Amino acid sequence: MAQAKAKKNGIVAKKLVGMADVVIAAAQRAKDPTFEIPMRALSNVSFNPRKGLIEMGDKKQARSFFNVGMAKKFMQTMLVADALAELQQADLTTSLREIYYRTKHTIQDSHENTFDTQDESDPIIEDLEVSLVALREELHVRAENSGSIVGPVVFGDDGDRVDCAKLGKGGYSVPSIVEPEYLEIRRCTADFLLLVEKGTQWNRLSEDKFWRRYNCVLLTGNGQPPRGVRRLARRLHEEYKLPVYVLVDNDPWGYYIYSVVKQGSINLAFESQRMAIPKAKFIGLSSADPERYELPRNVGIKLNEKDITRAKELLNYQWFQKPAWQQEIKRMLTSGLKYELDALANKDFQYLTKKYLPRKLKEKDWLD
Amino acid sequence: MVTAVEMGARQREISVSEFFTKNRHLLGFDNPRKALLTCVKEAVDNSLDACEEAGILPDVTVKLEIVTTGQTPVAPSQATRFRITVTDNGPGIVRQQIPRVFAKLLYGSKFHRMRMSRGQQGIGISAAGMYGQLTTGKPVKVISRTGPRAAAHYFEVQIDTKKNEPLVHENKQIEWHQSQGTEVTLEVEGRYQKGRASVDEWLEQTSIANPHVRLTYRTPEGERKEYPRSYHELPPSPKEIKPHPYGIEFGALLKMLQDTKSQTVAGFLAADFCRVSPALAEEMCKSAKLSPNTKPRDVKHQAAEILYKTIQVTKIMAPPTNCISPIGEKAILSGLYKQIKGEFYTAVSRPPAVYRGYPFIIEAGLAFGKGPEEATKPQQASVPLAEGEDQGHDTELARVIRYANRVPLLYQQSACSTFKAVLSTTWRNYGVTQSRGALPAGPMVIFVHMASVWVPFTSESKEAIADYDEIQKEITLALREAGRRLGIFLRRRERAASEFRRRNIFDLYIEEVVAACNRLKGGHLPTEKLKEQLHKIASSRTGGVKTDEALGKTGVGPEGLPHSIIVTAEGIEGETEIAQQSPVSEAEAPVAMPADSTPTRNAPRGGKRVVKPSPAIVKRTGVAKAKGTGGQQEMFAAEPAQAKKAAPRRTSTRKTPSGAAKPTRTRT
Repeated sequence: MAQAKAKKNGIVAKKLVGMADVVIAAAQRAKDPTFEIPMRALSNVSFNPRKGLIEMGDKKQARSFFNVGMAKKFMQTMLVADALAELQQADLTTSLREIYYRTKHTIQDSHENTFDTQDESDPIIEDLEVSLVALREELHVRAENSGSIVGPVVFGDDGDRVDCAKLGKGGYSVPSIVEPEYLEIRRCTADFLLLVEKGTQWNRLSEDKFWRRYNCVLLTGNGQPPRGVRRLARRLHEEYKLPVYVLVDNDPWGYYIYSVVKQGSINLAFESQRMAIPKAKFIGLSSADPERYELPRNVGIKLNEKDITRAKELLNYQWFQKPAWQQEIKRMLTSGLKYELDALANKDFQYLTKKYLPRKLKEKDWLD
Repeated sequence: MVTAVEMGARQREISVSEFFTKNRHLLGFDNPRKALLTCVKEAVDNSLDACEEAGILPDVTVKLEIVTTGQTPVAPSQATRFRITVTDNGPGIVRQQIPRVFAKLLYGSKFHRMRMSRGQQGIGISAAGMYGQLTTGKPVKVISRTGPRAAAHYFEVQIDTKKNEPLVHENKQIEWHQSQGTEVTLEVEGRYQKGRASVDEWLEQTSIANPHVRLTYRTPEGERKEYPRSYHELPPSPKEIKPHPYGIEFGALLKMLQDTKSQTVAGFLAADFCRVSPALAEEMCKSAKLSPNTKPRDVKHQAAEILYKTIQVTKIMAPPTNCISPIGEKAILSGLYKQIKGEFYTAVSRPPAVYRGYPFIIEAGLAFGKGPEEATKPQQASVPLAEGEDQGHDTELARVIRYANRVPLLYQQSACSTFKAVLSTTWRNYGVTQSRGALPAGPMVIFVHMASVWVPFTSESKEAIADYDEIQKEITLALREAGRRLGIFLRRRERAASEFRRRNIFDLYIEEVVAACNRLKGGHLPTEKLKEQLHKIASSRTGGVKTDEALGKTGVGPEGLPHSIIVTAEGIEGETEIAQQSPVSEAEAPVAMPADSTPTRNAPRGGKRVVKPSPAIVKRTGVAKAKGTGGQQEMFAAEPAQAKKAAPRRTSTRKTPSGAAKPTRTRT
């Protein structure tokens, strides 16, 4: 494992040094140093229905030094590359914010800062990920740990054995880098994986030991799941053949979270390959549920303008073209209401654990 | 129950003075602070009107003194009683008229004339006197002398509020140090405050719009402020005109018909109105089915109404416009430049226009920026900026200064037509930020002046100009022109700065990029060589020479910007056209400035810069085609103010005399 890691390090470090070579070579030939960066936008993304993935197209944008509009970004790109290379050499991981602080300084003889806010450095790291075809983990940049897992699964983390069935109701905090070199899955006996949007509902299920009763893994990303959570779900799905079910709020954002888990996101389309779970199923809350589960109308929330616009956008996405999905979204629009998972508590505190999910699983009531 | 007889016993005449005693807010005496300003204003207005009519360059002194009732001296901001003394070098007033001028309401020379002047009704100074009398019981003291050979007369007058007649308390001949002029002293209850709508602000603004006036101001603190004369020429004297038929109301027409000296209606129309020829008068009579020979006194009721309506639909030439005297672009520029610190100044005079039969002229001016000293300041900031900090874009809003017949208007800004026009102008088009429905933001002073024989104020206290469409339209047009010039200036400056930045950022970033490359390569890079290579590419791609030019270092004046001044750290690029009569406007328009005057902007601004007037330093630096007129006009660029400290750090190539006649440039 350590060897694989070292090898990867070597490749990434070489790629980063290669950027300096681009500048030097261009300077020698009196050319404008330029990088080509694949575009990360809806216009450069396409849905591959066969694979069920969002894939990135070939459109690239040039970033040249001697262009007034790009000069600063070019300079910033070099600084970030330098910082990332430093991480490789020292074999450390760091956060996005630390990269920002590491590369921030006031340019000599001026009052201009290399970076003014983190908003400037974050996209550059993503630029480097795509243009160097290196994963963020390979660049040694981690996000915050913002996911939890509980269930019959055993990890090996830095040599420690972590049995997620013996971690009480708090579970194990999912690290942001879960590549095999960093996190080993030693054993998994679960039958399926339930990815819950909200931490509160994950807590409910964990507290009620839902996972023990139904022999499943409970995973949450506290909202839009971060890379670590998505990647871990994908690994469990791939390596242990666990079916994945997604439980989200019934609103356009919930639908989108599901679609990101399933097909990948527009921004990180280049990572769909190793993150997306095309077979993931949408278990709820569906816009049909309020009627089916007799939720009173008064626990709904009126869709606001943003919700409506977003829902209409979703209707146009290629990956929401299945008739069932069109019907699902349109049903929400006609009702004019959205429902939170928490609203189930209106019937009973344990309604989710004891009635809703059991019935859903029994009836195989999910969307693909 | 009250009988009609009893009621009748109570009904009696109300004198004007009594009416105004009760309604003094109508005249601008609502509160002590405003009252103090109104008193100063009325006295100064009278002085300036008198001087200008007599053809004397006004020299006015305003003195505010605190009157203490007890023993202990009071701070100016705490004082409640003031003595106002206004002295001028005007023609003086003949002895017999003094009591009535100062102590009889609605007595004056201006009301019955269709002529542009500051005062209009003849209430001002007597109302101020009456206010003083009401609040302190003190009479108005007047000294006046009509010439070196005449004796100076001293009067103390009060007003009999019941009869609206003057009461003379004191009348004697005295020795006076001035050979000619008038001095008025009022003692009033008031409040002295600085800042917005203060006496200080009013005098400052007066000085901006009247650069031909020398103003001395002694503040209650005992300070002496000088507003020197920066424009040595009297505005052309406005002529008196007869009313225009369009501007007359039905009732007024009836009265004129009764009062006329003409024997026939046709004769009346031709003689008592302007722009009505005998032929036109006959034609109007015919359309109104009146015999041209009818006696005017016999035209009544139905016939008069038909005549009135006929007049309204008859095509009549616009009134003559030589009755108004605009300030003029050059004078506005010189006034703004003298009083306001900035980087860019411009002035626009519109051709005369007409509302309700009254001719008027709108003038606008603009001063933008913080002055060259301020503008260069941020570049010296050396403290690294933390997140969330930026280089201090201020959100200060523009200041609007409004004038009617050269008098500053300080109150009721939002009710004023000028202010509304400023708001409705889309300043964003000219590179200035502006939130919806707000004033434009930025270090900017917007000057608007309306000159007319009759300015339509919204009230007697003359605080806001009423909203006539014709007026609004003219103001908007003037503001747009000023805005366009500002836009040109800002874009030009921006372009120069961005060219400069272009090379600058490359210089800065090359260091960073090379350092990063060097670290990536493990510190074994020939950094100097790489830097040199990159610098070469940078300068070949951005054109170093052009940048210098764009920055104005090789000498570019404010081309394409008529009536404007640009001030930079290097000096002043000013150009003032020697204006010939613009052939476009009406032949009688008196907008022409005498051709021999040289631009003199040599006054201390903000009391800091002092430059001696010396027309000799004016050099001709270029000839350019003036827009619109097609004729060649000479442009003059005044030598940058070579003040002691303002000496440029770099030697400015622009000033070399060898660069005299530059080739004519065509503008796009």
